Amino acid sequence: MKPLNLLFVVITLGLLGFSTYQALFVAPTEQTMGEVQRIFYYHVPSAWVAGLCFFVNFLASVAYLVKRSSNADALAAASAEVGVVFCTIVLITGPIWGRPVWGIWWTWDARLTTTLVLWLIYVSYLILRRFASGSQTQTLAAVLAIFGFVDVPIVYMSIRWFRTQHPSPVIAGGANSGLDPIMLHAFFWNLLAFTCVGIILVMARYRLQKMENQVEAEHAELALQGGVR
Amino acid sequence: MPQTGSTETHPKAGASQPSTQPAIVLHNLVKFFGRFAALRDVSDSFAPGRLYVIVGDNGAGKSTLLRVVAGLMEPSQGSVTLLGAATVREVAHRVGYMGHAPLLYDELSGMENLRYFGGLYGLHDDSTCRNAMQMVGLDPELSRRVGQYSQGMRQRLSLARAVLHDPELMLLDEPFSNVDVHSAREMAAVLGRVRDHGKTIFVVTHQAPLMEAVADEFVHMSAGQIARREPMARITSGSSGAAENPR
Amino acid sequence: MSAFGVTRATLLKDLRMEWRSKDAINSMLFFSLLVVVIFSFAFNPTAEESRQIAGGLIWVSFLFAAVVALNQTWARELRNQVLDAYRVSPAPPNALFLAKALGNFLFVMILEALMAPLFVVFYQLRSVGPVWQLVVVALLGTWALVVNGTFFAAMSIRTRSREIMLPLILFPISIPALLAMVDSTTGILTGEFSPDFWIKMLLVYDVVFTSVCLLLFESVLNAE
Repeated sequence: MKPLNLLFVVITLGLLGFSTYQALFVAPTEQTMGEVQRIFYYHVPSAWVAGLCFFVNFLASVAYLVKRSSNADALAAASAEVGVVFCTIVLITGPIWGRPVWGIWWTWDARLTTTLVLWLIYVSYLILRRFASGSQTQTLAAVLAIFGFVDVPIVYMSIRWFRTQHPSPVIAGGANSGLDPIMLHAFFWNLLAFTCVGIILVMARYRLQKMENQVEAEHAELALQGGVR
Repeated sequence: MPQTGSTETHPKAGASQPSTQPAIVLHNLVKFFGRFAALRDVSDSFAPGRLYVIVGDNGAGKSTLLRVVAGLMEPSQGSVTLLGAATVREVAHRVGYMGHAPLLYDELSGMENLRYFGGLYGLHDDSTCRNAMQMVGLDPELSRRVGQYSQGMRQRLSLARAVLHDPELMLLDEPFSNVDVHSAREMAAVLGRVRDHGKTIFVVTHQAPLMEAVADEFVHMSAGQIARREPMARITSGSSGAAENPR
Repeated sequence: MSAFGVTRATLLKDLRMEWRSKDAINSMLFFSLLVVVIFSFAFNPTAEESRQIAGGLIWVSFLFAAVVALNQTWARELRNQVLDAYRVSPAPPNALFLAKALGNFLFVMILEALMAPLFVVFYQLRSVGPVWQLVVVALLGTWALVVNGTFFAAMSIRTRSREIMLPLILFPISIPALLAMVDSTTGILTGEFSPDFWIKMLLVYDVVFTSVCLLLFESVLNAE
């Protein structure tokens, strides 16, 4: 691994350690929810990183359609996968948080539901990538990514409206209303750490994809020269 | 535009004489299907007003080449210049394509098929469709659905569809498959007459002998490349020497 | 021919072919009927409750019927590789897309017109709100499903397992539209709240995704 990358990984690990310490020990215990509220420091940053990944996926997909660059497609694939992983974390930590606090696993609250729909959209994207054949895969995936991302604000708006019509308990709601400054502090450290972890994962996956593309390209070169199949 | 690998025996005149502009120019065409290279760096140039017959073994890349030239398939690398245009889209109304498959609607009659496809090219009168059908030896009054045609009839209708809009350039993939010998010879003669009217025709076929009487040049493909070009000595009018490209 | 002319010619051709073969229509009509009956067995509410859940029931059943119709949108173009003939012609790709989408729209509307009365009968439905609003929701909602459905059907023909790919990529993206259709139908039937926001949202959805489809269809058509 290149020295700069190694340095970044080390820094990120340090950040993660520090932010975890902040989240679990430094931040005060929440009044009403107790210790379980600390999941918030993982739940929300994960959602943020997932959103960031999907945004990168959108940009990479547009870049692919415009320039037809394999690297753009590789980045799209990488960011989608990492995004789905973080999305899954949000969907798991949400109910873990909700169950002790409200006694129910799932409440169809606006943010969690939007995350679920996002998860469905991008999992369908990953399945399309798996099932498309040959060179069409990249074009089809890029097109679906654009549909998916354009849908995101519409999904959010519609679920928000649905929830104002038919209200229900909100899982992450309490967090935004007047956060204690020390909690905010811990939150931002975790946000930073998670973003760095996300970047590392996406870059690693991207590099892997690029290497796969390279292998294919070299096989192709051989086929071109030697007439070997 | 760069031309690699071919030597034209007649000089490229200025843009004032469109007939000296090559009909098709292939620039370093490469096409991969996964790891299989169907076309391996094909570059060549083809003069207009000729009937080229592309022959070769299965897997040589003949159909792939035709599809790439017709714009149905994007090459993995390289490009094609068709009738002077960089994209097929620009000259679509001057190009006719006939594929392996019939490219016809089984549920419609012959005339209905031609009327629809003619419409796509901006043709709205029935007489053009009738003439096309008669030219390939089919009865325009036939109301039978194409799905109930014999293979040979379907093949002939497919040819009619490809040439309906009187294109300058025709790309025909196996026009004689499933056609009886007599009809096939008639079709070959028709193609020769069409070529005599100044059209450029590319025919991919496994039945080279059928075309010997009318072909201007045989293009031999092998393993994704043009192995050699074999101009036929013909008593023709007006065409200057063909490009000779031994490899 | 102009793009409009091509769309019209293609749509008429499709209708003519559909009329001649009739097996697709018949089997889909019967399938829609089956869906209604099965849902009626599965959910058997009283007349009072039925208004609350009818919105969901009706739209889910329309969705399943629509998917069956959408899956065969391009089937005819793939037989004999006829799509190639269109692609080499100078006719614009979007004209083809619109013709297919409109054809699907007409067809699904016919299915809905058949299924809706059956639901009314089986559930003793009576709408508190104005019926014309239900029609508006049906028009906007059906277009929302059909425009993306036609597009994704074109994408799924280039994949393995194409029958399952279509609903797989269509459903997640259609969720907001479905939510709008279901909730607005419930609101109209029960008269408990106004469907205005949902109708506006469906309009936005339709405009946005019709534009995206028109923008990207050519890339999908020529992805080979």
